[in-house]
Amino acid sequence: MASLIHTTMQFNFTKYSKVYYIISGILIIASIVSLSMFGLKFGIEFVGGSSMQIDFTNARPSNEAVKTALKTFNLGDIVIQPTGSNGEILQFKGVDEAMHQQILAELVKLSPATEKSFQYIGPSIGNELRNKTELAIFLALLAITLYIAFAFRKVSKPVNSWKYGIASLIALFHDVIIPIGVFSILGHLFNVEVTIPIIAALLTILGFSVHDTIVIFDRIRENILRRGMGQFEDTVNWSLTQTLGRSISTVATVEFVLFALYFFGGETLKYFALTLIIGITSGAYSSIFIASPLLVSWYKHSLKKELKGK
Amino acid sequence: MQQKYYIFIGVLVLAILAGIFSYPNYYNKGIDVLNHKLSWTLPHFVEKLFVLGLDLQGGVTLVYQADLSQTTDKSVAMSGLRDVIERRVNMFGVSEPVVQIQGQDRLLVELPGVTNVSQAIQMIGQTPYLEFDEQRTEAETKTITDKIKEIQDALKKDPKADITKIKDFNLVQENPYFKPTELTGKYLTKAVVIFDQTTYKPQIQLQFNSEGDKIFADITGRNIKKPLAIFLDGASIIDTNGDGKIDGQDMYAPIVQDKITGGRAVITGDMSNATATSLASRLNSGALPVKIGSPISQESVGPTLGAVSLQKSLVAALYGLLAVVIFMVVFYRFPGLLASLALVIYVAIALSIFKLIPVTMSLSGIGGFILSIGMAVDANILIFARMKEEIKLGKGLGQAIDEGFKRAWPSIRDSNFNSLIVCAILFTVATSFIKGFAFTLAIGIIVSLFSAIFITRIFLMVFVGKWAEKAKWLL
Repeated sequence: MASLIHTTMQFNFTKYSKVYYIISGILIIASIVSLSMFGLKFGIEFVGGSSMQIDFTNARPSNEAVKTALKTFNLGDIVIQPTGSNGEILQFKGVDEAMHQQILAELVKLSPATEKSFQYIGPSIGNELRNKTELAIFLALLAITLYIAFAFRKVSKPVNSWKYGIASLIALFHDVIIPIGVFSILGHLFNVEVTIPIIAALLTILGFSVHDTIVIFDRIRENILRRGMGQFEDTVNWSLTQTLGRSISTVATVEFVLFALYFFGGETLKYFALTLIIGITSGAYSSIFIASPLLVSWYKHSLKKELKGK
Repeated sequence: MQQKYYIFIGVLVLAILAGIFSYPNYYNKGIDVLNHKLSWTLPHFVEKLFVLGLDLQGGVTLVYQADLSQTTDKSVAMSGLRDVIERRVNMFGVSEPVVQIQGQDRLLVELPGVTNVSQAIQMIGQTPYLEFDEQRTEAETKTITDKIKEIQDALKKDPKADITKIKDFNLVQENPYFKPTELTGKYLTKAVVIFDQTTYKPQIQLQFNSEGDKIFADITGRNIKKPLAIFLDGASIIDTNGDGKIDGQDMYAPIVQDKITGGRAVITGDMSNATATSLASRLNSGALPVKIGSPISQESVGPTLGAVSLQKSLVAALYGLLAVVIFMVVFYRFPGLLASLALVIYVAIALSIFKLIPVTMSLSGIGGFILSIGMAVDANILIFARMKEEIKLGKGLGQAIDEGFKRAWPSIRDSNFNSLIVCAILFTVATSFIKGFAFTLAIGIIVSLFSAIFITRIFLMVFVGKWAEKAKWLL
């Protein structure tokens, strides 16, 4: 049994690192392009406005019919999205309670319906929320960067500790930009909005992605101490092989609950779960195929430089 | 060595208590059956309900912004506003309403179970406005009555005439006989019902603050032998002609006998005890210290939508939990089974904590909790992976378990600490949705560390004995 360890297969993760860089590069560029072309559709909690969910007793009237019925209210651009079998969510500019009741009465006149929920967000609240969210994202990024720098402060050879930090930040950027890109496409095609739950999910990805990278880097650190500094690439591959089982298991268990949430959890939590699914998948991928290979590429690069210098 | 068994029994007792506490239904039914069959009188387990957010139980959330531009002491004004709104909301008969100051000038009002938003908004926003009016001079009265006549004549000639073109047309909306003084409900500290010493008829005594006292003395001083009218929301404060309703025919305007100092005014008149009491409470609730307009944000969720959301998220949680348990047992066999047990105990403990604190469970909180179920086993996975490696290295079982826990610890600590940092940031800066999410996730992370490290370890120590050396495939 004891000898098994030396014959256990060791995967060569860094062999094709260029391919991984290209794949991730394409995904990141695609996300940025989509983001700059389509932007993001922010929910009314960020931009202000009204949102109304109603259930029609009979079949849904056509969007055109609904828009014509509400024409007199001057609601601006009305976005209508079907939900459930007979329901729909209407979004329009902010209206007060009296107007809201009139709109509801008009819709009921069009076709019998009951209101399931109504939300009105004033413009000041929207602005405030945007500022708060930006602050939260900034603080989270800052805290995570500081933590990584702190956690790896003792590792200095053969790769400097700050390089671990940069590598995990690149992976982090990768994991956050891809779901954002997906949402810009979803927003463009299906009117999917970036709402508070999605921001919460993105911030959770920040934590989770680093979580993954830390476990792998911890192992690299430990193996460097055990095996000495030679063969850095080999050490990284060996560490990745050792942690692969854990990486797969951890991602699998989280994805199980997320898929359950996506399929059974209802409307509000659906896109929340989707964001996390994309981000966590990408996080597992980037920890193994981006963050660690980056360390190796960096090491090789500085090695070459040294040789040239001589 | 006996110690581990004591701890194990302790964990089991804790798990059972937490399980029954978070879902007492079956236990209580069982007790009922026993009590019935054996005619015992065993008590039920403490029943404490989860506190559900409005998105799950249905209800109305309103956010108001107070106009504090005229106020110097903002926090006092805001807490005064909160008290008044709280009283109004309580009159609405809502169970467990929430009225909370947010930030500097915001007021959050939550009304569980309320479906009629319009009525609620009206009830809260209505500003019973108390004013004391003095008589106009004859010249002023004439100007207004003349203007009224002028407009009536214009309309008689041409019913479609645009009266807004007539100069000072706004004057018609004024009361021709009385004009407002600077004394309003703002200066009222309270209104109480008192009884006349001789007639025993109810009267309402108004008490002003010191500033109001001065103004009142001043007004009464300059209006001796003249009437002083009191209006509430632009109408007479009491039914003066006794026709059972307060309308334009009523006018409560007692003659000022003398300058009044001491900050007290008494409203007398023919009214029943009930009328006097309701009037006093209206006056008390009406003294809004600052103005609030219509809500700047409003959310209403119907009870059925909330119930459906709750149902769906619970189903999702159950499926998620089941999938994780199956995965753990398949991939990590016996330790996986123990970890699954620890996970179920984790769920029971976390739910008990949510009930105990109590944490308001909104959809976001449930989302955070479900996510934490998936993440809770991560620590176990790290530990088991290490254990397997140690076993492969030829270490004895006991030693492999110890090493597994020891070596996995730095990674577990680092990664969970990181998640907790993110939770803390989310909690301090973000909105209520994110707060709920961050809070349940944080509790989840902390409890899961306890269950994954402490409980699983005790289980392993108790259950993995000599037999396991022969059945290593199980590990």
